[in-house]
Amino acid sequence: MIEFFNRLFGRQTSGATAKERLRLVLMSDHLSLAPEMIDAMKRDLVDVISHYVEVDRDRIDVHFEHQDKALAMLANIPITGVARNGASVEHAANGATNGHLHAERTDAAQPEVRAAPAQLPIEADAQQALAPSGDEPLAPAAGETEGVTAAAQAQRTAKPKAVTAKNGARPRRRRRKNTAG
Amino acid sequence: MQVLQTQDEQPLSGSSAALGRAIVITSGKGGVGKTTTTANLGTALARRGARVALIDADVGLRNLDIVLGLESRVKHHVLDVLEDRVPLDEALVRDKNSSTLYLLAAAQTREKDEVDTDKMIALVQTLRERFDYVLIDCPAGIERGFKNAVAGAHEAIVVCTPEVSAVRDVDRVIGLLGNRFEPKLVINRVRPHLVRKGKMLSVQDVNAILRLSLLGVIADEPEVIVSTNKGEPLALRNDSPTASAYHAIAARLAGEDVPAPMVEYKESFMERLGSFFGGRR
Repeated sequence: MIEFFNRLFGRQTSGATAKERLRLVLMSDHLSLAPEMIDAMKRDLVDVISHYVEVDRDRIDVHFEHQDKALAMLANIPITGVARNGASVEHAANGATNGHLHAERTDAAQPEVRAAPAQLPIEADAQQALAPSGDEPLAPAAGETEGVTAAAQAQRTAKPKAVTAKNGARPRRRRRKNTAG
Repeated sequence: MQVLQTQDEQPLSGSSAALGRAIVITSGKGGVGKTTTTANLGTALARRGARVALIDADVGLRNLDIVLGLESRVKHHVLDVLEDRVPLDEALVRDKNSSTLYLLAAAQTREKDEVDTDKMIALVQTLRERFDYVLIDCPAGIERGFKNAVAGAHEAIVVCTPEVSAVRDVDRVIGLLGNRFEPKLVINRVRPHLVRKGKMLSVQDVNAILRLSLLGVIADEPEVIVSTNKGEPLALRNDSPTASAYHAIAARLAGEDVPAPMVEYKESFMERLGSFFGGRR
């Protein structure tokens, strides 16, 4: 009956706590047992990001942290150069040959980036550039924060800055400052 | 199907059709009930008429003889056989209750590192020619003792309790067993009333994480302790739900299509009243 009242008032049962702890600890365990996977993911991550900005591959730090009830991946990726006004996106569109996903995107993105007027809001610009099809109407930029991609981040930041990749569904709690020159 | 597969792996063994199944019972964590499960499963299989050999691979910490009540009959141990001091037939102890159940006890005064892995594999192979089932009671841990116990086996049963630490260790053991086995899961020491109150991981919670073929569920009942005290495995009886659970595991292991394992808990009137007003979790 005590447990019933606990549940009635929203208190978590110890069984539920055990389940949650188990889920988290096993994720950590599996990650620590798969260093090759982390390395491969790090490579892929950097490959994608470097389609948009220049990054310092030697000083990338990817690690995992327990945060409340989730496991977060924290990636500290020093950016060494960003071209002005989406030029890096265009550069990526012209230069990338390896990523399948990227190749699909550039088909749609390339003409859009070229046509994008300078006075467009940045969010709209980024969305347009990354939209799956150029024929589709633009989604409203307001309130669209979760969908902002690395490209949008890069276009907003005028100066070189570290991109902090986090668990997408969670609110940002910490922003890592760049230690790179 | 598993038997066919093991025969393919061992083409050199003489009589082709009669090779038994070598099954290691393991868990990673200690104290979850590997030995009790081995003793009861062996007893339950023998009651079905199968010829069963139990190997206590927990060298240095012999216990399977105690659970079976055979401690006074053990004269030789597995290392005596592995090191050719005693013929296999002299070291095998026949169970006092089941005429087709035999025990090969662990050495008490030796260490796990002293076991020769290749000889262990050969011993299991020899036993498979004479028995329908060879159950290997694995020591806790994932070191040499674990590796020796696993080496000769072709199937694995992992024993887990509904605790975070036990599930974590089983998860690790599954990783170590690799693709050679398709481990089957026995969840031991379930307390249905605690599960009902949300104070214990449920069978579903545990297997949502481990995702193994569920062989059986054993409730945490005082009669298990009583049977260990007496050295009479519960599976000898017919009148207890826990004994029936062991019999069901044996049947399922033998390939019978018996109903999915369940642990029932009858709610009291007040609890039903509580869940009526509060809704089920």
